[in-house]
Amino acid sequence: MKEKVIEARGLTKRYRNATAVDNATFDVAEAEIFGMLGPNGAGKTTTILMLLGLSDISAGSARVFGHDPAREPLAIKRRVGYLPDSVGFYDQLTAADNLHYTARLMGLEPEVRSPRIAAALERVGLGNVANKKVGTFSRGMRQRLGLAEIVMKDARAAILDEPTNGLDPQASVELLELIKSLKAQGVTILLSSHLLDRVQSVCDRVALFNEGRIALIGTVADLGRQVLGGGFAVEVETEGGADVARRLSSLHGVRSVEQLRAGKWRITCDRDLRAEAAAEVISAGARLSKLSLDEPSLETIYRQYFQKVQETAHAA
Amino acid sequence: MRREGSAFQGLGVVVLKELSDHFASARMRVLEWLVVLTALAAVYGAIQQVRDVTAEDPFLFLRLFTTAREPLPSFVSFLGFLVPLMAIGMGFDAINGEHSRRTLSRILSQPIYRDALLFGKFLAGLLTLTVSFLSLWLLVIGLGLIMLGVPPGGEEMARAFLFLFVTVVYAGVWLALAMLFSIIFRSAATAALVTLGLWLFITVIWPALSSAVAEALFATADQATLVTGGQMLARLSPATLFGESVLALLHPTTRTLGPVYLSQLQGAVMGSPLPFWDSVMVAWPQIVGLIAATILLFVVGYISFQRQEVRA
Repeated sequence: MKEKVIEARGLTKRYRNATAVDNATFDVAEAEIFGMLGPNGAGKTTTILMLLGLSDISAGSARVFGHDPAREPLAIKRRVGYLPDSVGFYDQLTAADNLHYTARLMGLEPEVRSPRIAAALERVGLGNVANKKVGTFSRGMRQRLGLAEIVMKDARAAILDEPTNGLDPQASVELLELIKSLKAQGVTILLSSHLLDRVQSVCDRVALFNEGRIALIGTVADLGRQVLGGGFAVEVETEGGADVARRLSSLHGVRSVEQLRAGKWRITCDRDLRAEAAAEVISAGARLSKLSLDEPSLETIYRQYFQKVQETAHAA
Repeated sequence: MRREGSAFQGLGVVVLKELSDHFASARMRVLEWLVVLTALAAVYGAIQQVRDVTAEDPFLFLRLFTTAREPLPSFVSFLGFLVPLMAIGMGFDAINGEHSRRTLSRILSQPIYRDALLFGKFLAGLLTLTVSFLSLWLLVIGLGLIMLGVPPGGEEMARAFLFLFVTVVYAGVWLALAMLFSIIFRSAATAALVTLGLWLFITVIWPALSSAVAEALFATADQATLVTGGQMLARLSPATLFGESVLALLHPTTRTLGPVYLSQLQGAVMGSPLPFWDSVMVAWPQIVGLIAATILLFVVGYISFQRQEVRA
């Protein structure tokens, strides 16, 4: 097991008349991308603020790099970069000047500031607008400038709150690529989002938040097994042939075969049966036009899970 | 529970950044011109007046600050009006501006405490105001030298310098108040309106209202209680404190800021000026009151800022 960078144990945040985060327990290991997913208002941002020592912890405990956010926030904030939800900059200053200000707040030595800032801006693709005022920047550029700040900080962990929120598809793909390249350098990443499919592609593990509680936690495949009953789903499209369904269901390891429409089947099985299914289709004398392995999507898991939760709530 | 590290880490960085923001801002430019033009007009009027009616005044130079020529008010009354305006202009969007630009959580996620941000903003605002007042003060003294042709004496300079200090402290009160409202109200417009409303109430309405309140409160008491009671109420306003301390400092013949009893007049040489330190003693309670008000308002703002949620 790699070293744990973030540990939350029963983290709870209560306001006067509401509980924003209720008993959240999770770990984030080194160089892992951990996703906090859930609808708006599920307690993701509050959890992040508690981890950074920017909000008091009502109960439970948290450790970031072994430091307590309530007592040693500076030690944590020196090593962790934070990209807030829809990050803001001083519009009247240039991109480089904005980073200069935070670099001085971080206490970076004067001689390393300029080269580091230039390198960070280059890395996120803002090198050519370093001396433009941030007021002219688009949303995507601001998010990237926020990442540049984390790169400049040389943070060992990055906490990103809704990094792809409000970005167009192209911009968010680029941003996720940047996030992956940070991970490749060994940076631990905790990110929150309500856009499930985008995040699924980068996260090693996820926690589903709902009404302040962590409903599910694990890898996407784990969650798929837990919620969807698990297994692999292979989709087969054929033309012609006889008895395809019966032949497919007789394969070893197949749990069920479901006909989606004429000539199209979905096979739920214990392992990846693509090769066997293909052979079976051919031997049935049919033409195989499409064969795909359906990965469980977070969106499906999410909807299924909350459907189940609601059903049990109704039943009870 | 002790926090690790110093509360002032990053203070210098914040002060420098805020200072450069202030000096570069269009708002500062407008305020500076407003102050310089109106104050110069007042001083020019005062110089004309002083020239016309010059008597054998040992404190001719201080007259520059206090003499009014119709229809313009004196330099001091201009300042009493404009200092709060400038200070409010510096502070009304100090914290809520960071909220609305969404920069607050990003800045606070750097290794600094909130203390540094708030202290830094207050210090930078006060420094900016000090620099403007100092240049204004030098401008007035220079104009006086050129147009009156009389060099000021040492005591006059000491009094004028203390007057500058009192002006900065007075600005501190309004800056702390404006910053307090910038913490409480999330919208800069609301904060500005509330602070300006309070300013109007304190400087214009309260002096008139306080005597009426005193009459209602001390209706049955003797005349002396009524007068001192009214004065006490009026002194709740920093504008009154500023006016009184400036009066004591720039009018060396001022012997007391309260009612004068016959017994106190016994043996007094009417119209003779007090020594410098005695004038300072007369104004001292007022000056301390202004400093205390600044600290009090800042502390209230500090506490509410520490308890505030960072998220928008």
